[in-house]
Amino acid sequence: MVEKTNTNPLGPGYENVPGKEMRFRDIFRDTLRAEMIRDENVFLMGEDISGGFDKKTKEPLDAWGGPFAATKGLVQEFGPKRIRDAPISEAAFTGAAVGAALTGLRPIVDLMYFDFVTVAYDQLLSNAAKSRYMFGGQTKVPMTLFARSGAGTGHAAQHSESFYSMLAHIPGLKVVVPSDPYSAKGLLAASIRDDDPVFLVNDKKLINLSGFVPDEDYTIELGKGRYLRNGNDITLVGMSYTSIVCKEAAEKLEADGISCEVIDMMSLSPFDEDILIESIKKTNNVVIVDEDTPRASMASEFAAVIADKGFDYLDSPIKRVTAPHSPVPYNRDLEKAFMPQPEDVVYSVKQVLGL
Amino acid sequence: MTIPKTKLKWIYETMYRIRRFEETMLEQTFKGNAMGVTHPSDGQEAPPTGICAHLTNDDWIGSTHRGHGHCIAKGLDTSAMMAEIMGRSTGQCGGKGGSMHIADFSKGMLGANAIVGASIPLAVGAALTAKYKDNETNSIGVSFFGDGATSQGILHESMNLASVWKLPVIFACENNGYAEATPAWYAVSTEDIASRAEGYGMPGIVVDGMDVFEVYDAAGEAVKRARAGEGPTLIEMKTYRYHGHFHADDTKKYRTDEEEKLFHQKDPISNFEKRVISQKLMTKTELESIKSEIEKEMLVAVEFAMNSPMPDIKDLYKDVYVEYSNSIQGLR
Ligand SMILES: Cc1ncc(C[n+]2csc(CCOP(=O)(O)OP(=O)(O)O)c2C)c(N)n1
Ligand SMILES: [Mg+2]
Repeated sequence: MVEKTNTNPLGPGYENVPGKEMRFRDIFRDTLRAEMIRDENVFLMGEDISGGFDKKTKEPLDAWGGPFAATKGLVQEFGPKRIRDAPISEAAFTGAAVGAALTGLRPIVDLMYFDFVTVAYDQLLSNAAKSRYMFGGQTKVPMTLFARSGAGTGHAAQHSESFYSMLAHIPGLKVVVPSDPYSAKGLLAASIRDDDPVFLVNDKKLINLSGFVPDEDYTIELGKGRYLRNGNDITLVGMSYTSIVCKEAAEKLEADGISCEVIDMMSLSPFDEDILIESIKKTNNVVIVDEDTPRASMASEFAAVIADKGFDYLDSPIKRVTAPHSPVPYNRDLEKAFMPQPEDVVYSVKQVLGL
Repeated sequence: MTIPKTKLKWIYETMYRIRRFEETMLEQTFKGNAMGVTHPSDGQEAPPTGICAHLTNDDWIGSTHRGHGHCIAKGLDTSAMMAEIMGRSTGQCGGKGGSMHIADFSKGMLGANAIVGASIPLAVGAALTAKYKDNETNSIGVSFFGDGATSQGILHESMNLASVWKLPVIFACENNGYAEATPAWYAVSTEDIASRAEGYGMPGIVVDGMDVFEVYDAAGEAVKRARAGEGPTLIEMKTYRYHGHFHADDTKKYRTDEEEKLFHQKDPISNFEKRVISQKLMTKTELESIKSEIEKEMLVAVEFAMNSPMPDIKDLYKDVYVEYSNSIQGLR
């Protein structure tokens, strides 16, 4: 029997699990679909999530099927009542989602690009995250939001942010960051079933990547990280796309005889302190890789926890590899330089290990 | 309003320049020479042209993701624009902004903006500066935005604020019927966006946004009001984008051929040509010579952009602040 929570498709016990190679975008849509079938109170709101209407019949056309075609086909199956195309009013429909969640529904909001969070931020911070606490636990806000983050697609400064810490900083809000199709399925299902507001941030660079996805119904426990690779010399900590950057760096370093352990945090709030300390006990060295800007970032937060709870296990200073403290530039070369690359991680690892 | 001959020529030249810039820029995007997404505005030449015909470099405009037309109508250099879209150091913003973020502060262009609605209050702020300095007769703010942006709270707040403070602003709504694939009839709760004006105590005017003469007349009135210290005006211009929402968008999935044809018949450029020729305001030769000048200009723009160097990698760290005491190179 395979554990259904927090399992790792790369780990032991998964050799014989039925499943298939799928693209991130396809499993994301299939999971939305499965959760909507599972619970009729689950519905989706956002701009162009079906996209377009026939002028005569008023029927949805599904011309866009959502940003990056994330929800393509769902409107045919569930109709415009549950796949609700919204005007460009992020504050209003995010706030309406909070209101709907307070009164018994389980809304999902597609905020398109992560940068648009700021338009809806007040509803997220002051209403979604605080209602339960300030009303003395009378109520709960079971809503899910998702949006696409990340540089690397030429979308420039206002469509490329990875401000994870802006969300993780909010008490009352949970934040998850899948890094492959497997974690997308498990984290999305867990987020939708969770009774608190959860924000799933989806790096654009993951959307067309493929990976193994078990057929079975499973969730990934919110707040847990996982090992993508075991090693002895140093721990590389990634989140979202930087987990892939860490894996690539680990492969390069293996050629130089350096054995890296790679952790994919998967959840940013709450997050898995134990896995960080467990790994550092073994490797005694750590590099944290984050595409977010460095001030008050998740990378800094992980470093602080490691310093607090793992200081005695460390042989070298905690190293962070992050974006610069700057907006995202348009030019392709500058944009590449903005994002942490595997070579940057390799360089930092060698520096940390004094090689 | 009768339009002086030089202005008439400027209007034709500007509309044709916008048309050809967008077509050329799309060609370059498909060749892979643009570094990101581009949002063409061909079909929508009349609104920026008819409005900016009344403005000078001391007036300010705010723009959108679909901003090339606004830039050109405000007098930006097409070579520097093309270079920006190609991410070059000679680009209007040094290659750091791209198609969705072209600005030229020397020309009164506050910048294209990729957050829907976000540039609207900037034009209000420019108008505030003008009023603050008792300079309304010389400097007003014009905010360009789409039908989709009227669903953002920021428009409503900005209109109220401009009205309460009687600021010299024009809210210039380019209603092209769609926000991405979403039709305005679905997402906007009123037939005429201009009707929003009433609730904010300002005039609201609907014009045919495919007819540059209509836009020119309505804008003339609004500009006069603004310069006279009488406050803001909302102008709704019903227009149409000929291409998709962005370069790779297929309009056939959500617009009918019938509708597209209808708007192509109202083409702002060919109808301008017919009108000025039949009214003997301009000759065919005059129009042709403007066209061939612009064809040359487009070749020059592409050549300039393609031959321009990329920015220095160190530019990544430049201009985050005017001055800053810590390192901003991040942690590497
Ligand atoms: C705050 C925000 N929400 C959503 C988007 C995505 N988006 C970009 S353009 C656009 C449609 C805008 O429609 P409209 O205002 O009518 O302008 P048009 O594209 O028709 O020129 C949308 C939804 C965005 N850029 N910013
Ligand atoms: Mg529009």
